[in-house]
This record gives sequence, C-alpha cells and structure tokens, in this order.
Amino acid sequence: MKAMSDDTQPAAVRARGIVKSFGTGDTQVTVLKGIDLDVYLGELLLLVGESGGGKTTLLSAIAGILDIDEGDIDVFGVPLSTLPAGKRTTFRGQTMGFIYQQFNLLPVLTAAENVAVPLLIQKAARPEALHRARIMLDRVGLGDRAEFLPKNLSGGQQQRVAIARALVNEPRLLICDEPTAALDGPNGQKIMELLREVGRSPDRCVIVVTHDSRIFHFGDRMANLTDGRIVGIERIKQEGTA
Amino acid sequence: MSYVALKMLFGDRAKYLMLLCGLTFAVMLIVQQGSIFWGLMIWSQSSISNLNVPIWVTDPGIAQVEEVKPIADTAVDRVRSVPGVEWAVPLYKGLLRARLTNGEYHQITLTGLESSTLIGRPAEVLGGRFEDILQPDAVALDQWAVERMGGPTVVKVGTIFELNDKLARVVAIAKTQKSFTNVPVVYTTYERAIRYVPRERRTLAYVLAKPKDGVPVEEVTRRIRQETGLGAFTDEEFSWKTISWVLKNTGIGTNFGTTILLGFIVGMAIAGQTFYLFTVENLRQFGALKAMGASTLTLAWMILLQAFTVGLTGYGVGIGLATLFGFLTARGGGLPFVETWQLLLLVLIALLAICTFSALISIIKLARLEPAIVFR
Repeated sequence: MKAMSDDTQPAAVRARGIVKSFGTGDTQVTVLKGIDLDVYLGELLLLVGESGGGKTTLLSAIAGILDIDEGDIDVFGVPLSTLPAGKRTTFRGQTMGFIYQQFNLLPVLTAAENVAVPLLIQKAARPEALHRARIMLDRVGLGDRAEFLPKNLSGGQQQRVAIARALVNEPRLLICDEPTAALDGPNGQKIMELLREVGRSPDRCVIVVTHDSRIFHFGDRMANLTDGRIVGIERIKQEGTA
Repeated sequence: MSYVALKMLFGDRAKYLMLLCGLTFAVMLIVQQGSIFWGLMIWSQSSISNLNVPIWVTDPGIAQVEEVKPIADTAVDRVRSVPGVEWAVPLYKGLLRARLTNGEYHQITLTGLESSTLIGRPAEVLGGRFEDILQPDAVALDQWAVERMGGPTVVKVGTIFELNDKLARVVAIAKTQKSFTNVPVVYTTYERAIRYVPRERRTLAYVLAKPKDGVPVEEVTRRIRQETGLGAFTDEEFSWKTISWVLKNTGIGTNFGTTILLGFIVGMAIAGQTFYLFTVENLRQFGALKAMGASTLTLAWMILLQAFTVGLTGYGVGIGLATLFGFLTARGGGLPFVETWQLLLLVLIALLAICTFSALISIIKLARLEPAIVFR
C-alpha cells in the first residue's frame, strides 16, 4: 500500500540554507553551499550526485551527527540544529534509523544481538530487546539466522540485519548511505525492495544516498547534489502509475 | 549496554588476553616485590618481635635494634623504680664467634635472658627444653643457627661447641622469625652470657620492661624516658625505628621502590596502549552506537566497565600468582614474603588508577568522536 508523498503536506525533514565548511583559512572547503530540501512522509528520497558533491555531509547534517555552520534543519518539527547535543542524541535514537555502506555491525554480537542494540541504548531490558530483534529479523527474512555472527552471513544478509537494526526502534526517518554499494546486483535489488516498503509506510520517510543507477527506480524523488548545491529534484515515474 | 561492552571486550580475545597479561604482570610484580620488601622489613626487626616484650630501654642515641650501645647495670633498678612499671629485666645482646668441634667458626648473636623468668624466650621450641638453659654451660639455638652452622646432623640437641674458649652445650632448638642478617642466635642466661664475652665495663644491652595492667604502654615509656634519661621505646616504636634505619641506610627501599614503580609504569603503558588500540579499532562501531543514540556517558560507562572488568580479573590472577610464588619460595623461611591486606589494598588502588588512566584516554577519544565517521 503506497502512501504517496505529497508536497503540500508539512515536510518531515525541512532543511533551509544549509552551509557547511571544513578546514580553515586557505584550506577551507565549503561542502554545502546553501541547501534547501524537503522530505515528506511516505516517500523514499534518493540523494544522488558526483563524488565529493556533499551528499554524505548533507545526510550527516540531517541526521544531526554533524554540526552545520549556517541554516536550519527541522525533523518532524524539531529544530535539530539548535537542539543541545545530549537532547539531539536522544532524539536521534528515538526518531532515526541508520543503514551504512559497510553495515557497521558489531562483529562479536549475533545477528539478534546486533538488531537489539538500538533498544538496549534506549534502556530496554535485554530479553525484551532480543525478543523484538528476533521478530524484526523474521520480517527481513532472517529469522533462522538470528544466532549467527556477522562473519557467517553473506553481504546481503548482513545488510538485512543492518536494516532490521535500523527498523527495530520503529524510527520515523530512515537514513541510508550507499546501502547497496557493497552488494551484488540481485542483493542490492532485494535490499531496495525492503527499503521501498519501509518508505511507503505513511508515517515514515527514507533518505538514500546512492551512486547506483540500477536502484534509481525504487525512489519516489531524486535530488541531485552537485558541488554543494541541489541542482535539481525530479519525481521518479513509478511502475503502474500514470 | 553493559552486555554489549562485555561482549566487545571478550570477543576480541587476542587483545583481551594481552590486556589481561599486562595487568596480571603488573599486579604480580607489585605484589611480589612489595611482599618481599615487607618480608625483609619484618626480618629486619625480628630481634624485637622474637622477644615479644612491650618496652625496650637502652641508650637514647640508639638507631636500631642490632646496634648495641651498652648501658650501666644500674639501669635495671632505675627502670624498676619508675611508677607504672610492673617488671624490668636485663637483656644481653652481642656478637661472638662460635667454634664447632669440626673446627669451623661461625659468627653468632648471643642473647642473654634474665635467668629467673627467662623473659624474652622464644614461644615455640622445636627440640629439647628451653628451661634447660638454666643448667651449667647450657645454651639454646634458633632453627636458623642449626641451618647456618651445618644442618641438623652437625648441630642438634646435645651438641657441644665453644664460645670464646668456653663450653656451650645445646639443650634446645627454638623456632623464631628469621633475621635480616640471618646471623645464628644463641640463647643463654644473662649471667652466663656475660661470662662468655670478653670483660667489658658495660655489658647491659637492653632493659626489657612491662607496664602494669591498665597503664598505657606509651605513658610508661614516656615516664621511663623522663625519669631515667635513657632511651625507652614501645616494641612497635622500636620496630619502626629499626625499619626506618634500614630504609635510610641501605638501598633496599630504592631498589624495591624502583621495581614496584616499574611494574606500575609497565602495567599502565601496556594497559593504556592496548586499551587505546582496542578503542581505535572499534571506532566505527562506537561511532555507529553514537549515531544510533548512545550518549558519550553511555560509551564512557562501556569503556570503564571493560577497563575495570579486565583490571579486576588481572588483579585476581596477579595476586593468585604472586601468592603461589610466595607459597612456593617462602616455605621454610627461604625468602622473606609477607603479603598484607594493606599491600593488596594499595595494589588495588594502583590498579584502579591504571584502569582509570587507560579508560580515560579512550573516553577522551570517544568524546571527541564525531558519529559522522560512520558515513565516511
């Protein structure tokens, strides 16, 4: 069931005039040069563009894990850029889920334990956290791999574990950095199907940074970030839609 | 998150074992050296503890128990006359040479006890009867004398040897605390002791005294000093005076102190470096945890838990190994090894300092860590 993104509704993520530089003096590089971007509930937004264009920096800024120099970022109405660091961390833990290119699973934890980590961070009891983690692993098709260590899982399976971990806290915003970059074609497609399903939930949205043109058709919109500026946002025509 | 922290710690087995070995080594070294050091200090004052009397009176300029400065014989009566003194007896103490029947010479410490009470006699006797030193020419030896003078086949109850060309017959072997110099101790009566030694104007080494019941020993000691002008010390004061002299006048304190400091530094260096490496190698994982909402405080708790878990495990293993070493080497008085709870407490504090230092380096690193690292 698709909840169509609607530009007329209030944005789940609203970024205005984002500027971010690294370094000082002659070596200063401005990576984001006044970014305006809205992301709506029920949509999967693809963030594409050339390498070094500022995609990952923008993603980090939206996630509230990188301080910006100028501009405002509101996530679900909360002004993230002015939120104190401690509250921002708590907000992030309760609202956002992350999927990384290199999965970033803890190698010494089983799949179920890895998935339970966000719940443990929120101080859930371990048995309860592991129970919910196993349910989530079932949902991504890895119920029978719950006690496997990451090293005993394929790349695609590891990324599914990472998705389960990102979703176990029922975050409203899913932030994905090159989620298919370390996967082969078929595995990448499966992962994106899973993410699209999440993105189409009416109370959630997904932002995916990618270079992989094979997965562009999974997005609802695609923002092109080049040289620190958004040079275009296009709506992607979905199969079965007019 | 404690569960995750411990799994991270135990999961990297190589680093965990390296950390554990480093801390175990540091603890073992500090405990072992500390115990030997304290054992030596106990040995250095064993002449006091072996006699087990509460007050020692002698020349006021005395530096330590083995440095005998004879005082006038009248000192005994003067001490007896001080209010609060229940009894006071003379003690002879001096070095002499013993000549065995096989022609061997051995330097010995001759200890002369007051004959009517034998106050200062060793509490435990391994062979013969100590009271028999009241018989003509009778002496008792400590067990170290037997060992030093040729073993139980050469020296035993009934053995006869010469002290300054005078006959001495062994009637008892007593059990005592080994001394720092390990010079054999020969016990006899005070009167016979001064007959054994060459004629001197003053022969009284110490007056041993006891306060009356209910009178504090410190108070009686103060009165003796005040009223006789002699040096009077409680046995504890005299022990510390002796230990202090040994520390000031030998290199023992410096040598052992250096080794203990080395153990501390090596432990800190190994633990600090390994722990830092452990953190750096898991930086992306910690970054991911931070991105997922783990606060710096949570990460600090995880690091501290890891540091103290491995630290306390190392503490237990280190103490166990040091104790085993002490048990194996100090049996039969071969090596001075005295493991006290104060030492173990000090080592625990030192270890906690090492762990805290190691954890702090990592915590500072994590506090500065931008979770954005996970996107790079």
